[in-house]
Amino acid sequence: MAATRRPDALPPHLSDKHKHVTCASDAPTYTSTPEYAGVYASLGIDNSLDLDELRREVRIDVKSLTADEMVFDVVGIDAPIANALRRILLVEVPTMAIEKVWVLTNTSIIQDEVLAHRLGLIPIRADPARFEERGDSESNESNTLCFRLTAKCTHNADKSTDAEPYTGARVLSSQLTWVPQGDQAAGFAAEPPRPVHDDILIAKLRPGQEIEVECWCEKGVGKTHAKWSPVATASYRLLPRITFHQPVHGPLAAELKALCPLDVFDIEDVAGVPTAVAARPRSCTVCRECVREPAWAERVSLQRVRDHFIFSVESTGAMPPDRLVRDALGVLKQKALDTAQLLKDTRAQADGDVDMAGAVGAADE
Amino acid sequence: MEEEPEGAPRETRTLSIDSGSDASKATFTLTHEDHTLGNAVRYILAKNPQVSFVGYSVPHPSEPKMNVRVQTTGVPASDVLLDSLVTLYKVADHIDQTFAAAVDEFKTKSSQRV
Repeated sequence: MAATRRPDALPPHLSDKHKHVTCASDAPTYTSTPEYAGVYASLGIDNSLDLDELRREVRIDVKSLTADEMVFDVVGIDAPIANALRRILLVEVPTMAIEKVWVLTNTSIIQDEVLAHRLGLIPIRADPARFEERGDSESNESNTLCFRLTAKCTHNADKSTDAEPYTGARVLSSQLTWVPQGDQAAGFAAEPPRPVHDDILIAKLRPGQEIEVECWCEKGVGKTHAKWSPVATASYRLLPRITFHQPVHGPLAAELKALCPLDVFDIEDVAGVPTAVAARPRSCTVCRECVREPAWAERVSLQRVRDHFIFSVESTGAMPPDRLVRDALGVLKQKALDTAQLLKDTRAQADGDVDMAGAVGAADE
Repeated sequence: MEEEPEGAPRETRTLSIDSGSDASKATFTLTHEDHTLGNAVRYILAKNPQVSFVGYSVPHPSEPKMNVRVQTTGVPASDVLLDSLVTLYKVADHIDQTFAAAVDEFKTKSSQRV
């Protein structure tokens, strides 16, 4: 029998387990998503993936967006898709980072390799879409950005007691100067490439010491080295859901409000009775303080909504966070397309081999 | 003097198919893929009623290799895998469009507020 009813037709006790992870005082229960298409087959309910339904039900709501941080809700997808997005944000969205350092002079106490490593970790604001990955080819203006760092420390001529004794003692990222290659000067005139922050301490010098290096930035991804990761963090959590098995009134409501360290509950006047309501479930960290005592566990139910993901993306500043998410989805799409093509090619080749073997066999007879 | 190889070696993604007694079952081995694609594809295949078994593994974290095992109720395993990749593309594309619209809406709203 072709089951046409969908999981939203599940009876309440199963629907609750289908939609929510329950966080009891000792352990969470029903943590894994029922994924198998035939999981509710005996009830005549079809749990397969329906693209039209998904298209109807996916909701995205941006909660906050600044130059380097954003929070948004994605409702209606499952963890494997959300996790693919998170993982791609961490290690597969390309950025620019210093990859080669040519040390012309380094008389500081920082060793060349340590200095090069520190330079590599400086986030660079330059649009990676305008560059190619260098791969095995020669460095040129389409795959490399060049910065020069020249720093020298001297005694300060001003000998007054409150003056700094040295000038140029602190080498900062602001001292990295961009050296345009080829036609880069015209192409990047609107937004000259530069370090995201000007106050990153690269080295400390004392009089007589100097550093002169040339840094070559290349395009790369975080799985090669973390310096190319475009995010400081990218994470998601499931929306907490707090419901009441029985209404919590009067002094108990005040007690519940006091129990919660994150001020999730409010006391509202419901039909003349002060009643506890879960006013701010997003503030909840699921500390389980409100269900720790058996008496409270009978009144309050603490759950997480299985398909409601609260994403938090914190960019290093190299690119705005909404752009990073779009890029990550682009990478996911490309990954699916590339793999599909690879599968088609492999299959065609295998079929070709079989045909060839058949042809050779026929010729032998 | 030996020349150092320039840059990191290019990732050449490969796919090999280890078929069973018939086309309805196969193990697909992908190189340079990991849990990102593996778990997403596994999830979409598990949601396909034509699939009787699906699992994926990354045999060793330092080896860039991922296996997907697919057994179906009759249709060729490579067909359902191909379908799942197309579905993954469509899901990602829909999320992409929805996200773009949500960001536009947020930017319009916050510019009106100012």
